[in-house]
Amino acid sequence: MELFKFVEEQEMLRKVVREFVEAEIAPKADEWDKKDYCPVELFPKMGEIGITGIFIPEEYGGAGLGHVERTICLEEISRYSAGLGIALMTHYLGMAPILYFGSEEQKKKNLPDLAAGKKICGLATTEPGGGSDFTGQKAIGEIKNGKWIINGRKCFITNSHIADICIWTVVTGKNEKGYSKMTAFIIDKDAPGHKPGRKENKFGLRGSVTGEDVCVNVEVEPNLIIGKEGEGAKIAMNCIQEVGRAGMASIALGILRGCLEESIKFSSQRIIYDKPLNKLQSIQFIIAENRVDYEAAKLLIYHAASLKDAGKTCATEYSIAKLFATEAAVNASKRTIDLMGGYGCINDYPAGRFLRDAVATIPGGGTSHIQKIIIANNTIKGD
Amino acid sequence: MGYDIAVCIKPVPDPKYYDKIKIHPVKKTIIREGIPTIINPSDKHAIEAALRIKEEFGGKVITITMAPMSSQENIREALAMGADEAYLLSNRMFAGSDTLATSYVLAQGLKKIGKFDFIFTGNESADGATSQVPGQIAEWLNIPHLCNVREFHFTKDKKVEAKIKIEGGYIEYLTTIPVLFSVSREVNKPRYTTIKGVIRARQKPINIFTVRDLELDNKYIGLKGSPTQPGEIYIPSIGRNGEKLKGDPRKIAIQILDRIRSVGVNFGKSK
Repeated sequence: MELFKFVEEQEMLRKVVREFVEAEIAPKADEWDKKDYCPVELFPKMGEIGITGIFIPEEYGGAGLGHVERTICLEEISRYSAGLGIALMTHYLGMAPILYFGSEEQKKKNLPDLAAGKKICGLATTEPGGGSDFTGQKAIGEIKNGKWIINGRKCFITNSHIADICIWTVVTGKNEKGYSKMTAFIIDKDAPGHKPGRKENKFGLRGSVTGEDVCVNVEVEPNLIIGKEGEGAKIAMNCIQEVGRAGMASIALGILRGCLEESIKFSSQRIIYDKPLNKLQSIQFIIAENRVDYEAAKLLIYHAASLKDAGKTCATEYSIAKLFATEAAVNASKRTIDLMGGYGCINDYPAGRFLRDAVATIPGGGTSHIQKIIIANNTIKGD
Repeated sequence: MGYDIAVCIKPVPDPKYYDKIKIHPVKKTIIREGIPTIINPSDKHAIEAALRIKEEFGGKVITITMAPMSSQENIREALAMGADEAYLLSNRMFAGSDTLATSYVLAQGLKKIGKFDFIFTGNESADGATSQVPGQIAEWLNIPHLCNVREFHFTKDKKVEAKIKIEGGYIEYLTTIPVLFSVSREVNKPRYTTIKGVIRARQKPINIFTVRDLELDNKYIGLKGSPTQPGEIYIPSIGRNGEKLKGDPRKIAIQILDRIRSVGVNFGKSK
């Protein structure tokens, strides 16, 4: 019995996505990276293919598939543009709270346009005072005359300047133990008082927009709370663990495949000492290591995704996958640059971009150190 | 109203694997085992042409293929693009068919399935590239056919005006229905297959026809029914041989010209 095998439909889905990627993304990825341009015009096209709503149920306009299929989409796209990969991943991350914790009214109102790629979504939790320290957030919501008034500044928010809807986590009081209560709100980009702030100039994952998101006295109706007041931390952490972290691992998997394919291609075409470069043992070692990293990451990520689709707990598995895949992507990129010699430092080749993108995947969804803490704590608890 | 439309599609080797293709040393045929296949690229333009007619006027689009059973993955892709039903004509007795035998089997398959207003094909396959099958199918079916169709539209009296691509321009034709069109790449831009299309393709039938299911005269099928047989196939040597000529440069120049003339290049006489 073959344990890990994609079913025929998943293989077909991969072909479908790859056909779109090779036509619409691969030829332009380098330009987007150079210009730091996020191709928002591709979101409706990806919506038509079914990519933007891949795991949204059909009743809300999605394809009704799962997280294995979502991972396939992110891997294929990130193989050429990890920048667009993280923009799409954040779109998924913003939809997840609405889908898994939102009311029926919130799902019907928001998910169809998001699934179709007609609107773009984001999730805003990180602040200057709280990134890894999730509860260090200071954005505040106060109820006045029946409406919530939101004030705060979020930073390092992907899709900050392009999201139509952003899910904000906000402190709305203290619980009985004296800890901050956090609540998740749906914030429309055109809500008075809401605007993006500074746009960051990243060295990696260019092809996505990252920046500040600001609320100054933004009025929000109570029916725009996701779940209940005080559930914001639980909702955000669940989605970050099982959709965000998962997505970062999938992006790193795409980069790993890029490293493997480019190292094979370059070493078979480059002739040195009258033979292809790949005849040299030291080059073969690099190809072997790239292959091992890719295959190992692939197994870890798709296994975790299959657990999520089966409704089983998968937080530890996703942390393991994210830790391994992102660090491996950095190593593989560096090895691929080494394989290419001087050419590895030339921007006409993608290896340098792979390295910049890989390094930038590490802080997203929790740094490697945070993943180790999660994995250790869960392992000690017996998970 | 609606139209009944058939599209002939062919699985061909995936160009990404061309460097892995080997030639059988005895049979002189391409060894296709282990080489993934794709739908012949120009057949996708044919599928798109059929789907656009269906979307505008209604009707049904079927695909028909003569190929091994392993081609079902490619056929599913055509269903995922939007075709309603697929037919696969597959049997060991079809092996070794040239274009005439292939067109005969496809024509008999089409007759078995029903009557069609339009039959679309791509202009040529990426592997054989003879462009013979479309015209041959039309002849077997005794219907008009046009090749290299780059544009077409319906007239008010339900005939079809079509432009055929020729070098430097086009020729306009007016044809009645039923008709077979083999289309050039300029006719349209094929749609991307969608994920929902892949899901819907699950439910669409692929009907398999073997020799027993078709009315066939065995003398027209397979190797027996193939008047065209492959000749010598070899991989040309790309090695380089050099020869040094020594002596007076002018005499060497004349020697070089004589050598080039001896293989058929005419420079005129040396002075």
